[in-house]
Amino acid sequence: MSANVAAAAKAAPSSDETPAISVKDLRKCFGDHEVLKGISLEAHKGDVISILGSSGSGKSTMLRCINLLETPDSGEVRVDGELIKMKRGRDGHQMPADIRQVERIRANLAMVFQSFNLWSHMTVLENLVAAPTHVLKRPRAECLEQAEALLKRVGIWERRNYYPPHMSGGQQQRAAIARALAMNPKVMLFDEPTSALDPELVGEVLRVMRSLAEEGRTMLVVTHEMGFARDVSSKVMLLHKGEVDSVGEPKEMFARPPTPQFKQFIANFNK
Amino acid sequence: MEFDFYLSTIWSVLKALPLTLEIWFFGIAFGLVIATGLTWLRASGYKLGEYFTRAYVFVFRGSPLLVQLYLIYFGLSQFDFVRHSPILWPILRDPMYCTIVAMALNTAAYESEIFRGALRAVPVGQIEAAKAFGMSAFTRFRLVTLPIALRLALPAYSTEIILMTKATALASVVTIMEMMGTAQKIQHDTFRPIEVLTCAGVIYLLLNLSIARLFAWVEYRLSPHLRPPPEQNQLAKPVPEVL
Repeated sequence: MSANVAAAAKAAPSSDETPAISVKDLRKCFGDHEVLKGISLEAHKGDVISILGSSGSGKSTMLRCINLLETPDSGEVRVDGELIKMKRGRDGHQMPADIRQVERIRANLAMVFQSFNLWSHMTVLENLVAAPTHVLKRPRAECLEQAEALLKRVGIWERRNYYPPHMSGGQQQRAAIARALAMNPKVMLFDEPTSALDPELVGEVLRVMRSLAEEGRTMLVVTHEMGFARDVSSKVMLLHKGEVDSVGEPKEMFARPPTPQFKQFIANFNK
Repeated sequence: MEFDFYLSTIWSVLKALPLTLEIWFFGIAFGLVIATGLTWLRASGYKLGEYFTRAYVFVFRGSPLLVQLYLIYFGLSQFDFVRHSPILWPILRDPMYCTIVAMALNTAAYESEIFRGALRAVPVGQIEAAKAFGMSAFTRFRLVTLPIALRLALPAYSTEIILMTKATALASVVTIMEMMGTAQKIQHDTFRPIEVLTCAGVIYLLLNLSIARLFAWVEYRLSPHLRPPPEQNQLAKPVPEVL
C-alpha cells in the first residue's frame, strides 16, 4: 500500500487550504451487508476526482453519503471545513443533528444523477429556476437569465420550454447538469452521469463535463468512463468491496497500476 | 301532451338541482378536508395515526353509505347527550346536515386511500433530486411531491367525485327534496315511474358528463409532459410561474 500513499501524497495540491470535501472513515451498512468499510477522501478546490469501481463496490453509496442522501453509520463528512453534525437516533442509528445545516450544505453540492431525475412536471427552464429561487431565494428574473445562459452553454437552449420526457437522454442529462450549475455549487457530485445513456449520446454529456473540469470546478465523478478518468480527472480513486483500493494521479495510475485490482479493473479498458 | 309532461317533469327536477349541488359541494368539500387530515395522519409515521386511519377506512369504506346515513340521522338521536348537546343537536337533527356529514365521512375514506396511493407512487428520484438541491421538507412537498401526486390522484379522484354525485340521491330517503326526492314525489303523484325516473336519470347523466369533462380538462392542462412534444412554433410561449 505504500506506493498508493505516495501517489496520493503526490496528487494532493501543495497548498494547505481547507479541502472542499473531506471524508473520514466513512462506514455504511445496508442490513448485514457492509457497503462502506471506512472510506476517506479529500477533494481540494479545482480537483476532479474520478471514483471507479465495479458495481457493488460502494462508490455511489459513498457519493450519496456526502450529501446525506444516505446516512452514514459512522465517520465524518466536512464540506469547506464545516463538519456535518450527526446524532444518534432512538433506534441507535446515526442521523443528521441539524436538518437545516444539511439543507444548506446540500445547496452547495449540486448533484447529477444517473437517471437525470429532472422534475417531469416542469419545463427545462422551470427545472433550472426552481431550486435557485426557492432555496437560494434569488430573484426570479435573475435566475431565468442565468438559466437561459446555462442552457445555451450546454447546447439545449432551443429546448428550454420542453418537458423532460420530450428530450433524449443526452439532452436530459445536459439539462440536469445545467440545473446543477444554476445553484453555483462549490462542488458538483456526478453519480454515473453517462451510465443510463445510449452509447451515441455519451459523448455530448462528457464534452460538457470536460468543459466544466477545464474551468476549474471541483467535481466528484462516479463513473465507468475510463477515458474521462484518465484524461480529464486530476485524481483517480478505485473502490473495491467498500474500501479504497488505490488513489492517485491518473496518468501515473494508468501507466503503472499500483494494485492488482486496479490493473485488473483497467485491463478491459486498455484492451 | 306527452312532451309537455316530460318538459314539466324535467323542469321540476331541475328546480331541485341547486339543492343537489349544495349537498354535493359541501359533501366533497368537507370530505376533502377530512381526507387530507387522514392522509397526513397516515403518512406522519405515528403508529397510532396509522391504526386510526386503517380502522376509519375499514369502517367507512366497508359499510354502505345508506347504513351510515341512517345511523347518523335516525341512530344518533337515540342518545340523550346528542339531543342535549348544543353543538351536535343543531347539526344532527337536520337531515341536510346529516347527509353532508355522512357523505363527507364516507368519501374521506376512499379519498384518503387515493391520496395515499398517489403519494407512494411519486418516483423516489424526483424527491431525491429535490433533497439534493437543498429544498426543505415543505418546499419539496410543495414543488415536487404534491404537484406530482395530485396529477397521479386526479383520475381516481374524479371517479370518486362522480360516485358522490350519484350518492346525493340518497338524501331523498331522509326527506330531502333534492332531484331524486322531487322525482319520487312526481312519480307517486302521477304513477308514471318510467317517464319520471328517465328524466331524473338523464339529468344525473348530463351532470356527471360535465363533471367528467371538467376533470378531463384539468387533467389535460396539468399533463403537457405526457403528451407528444410541442411543435417548433409553440416554443416561444412564456414561462409560467412554478406552481
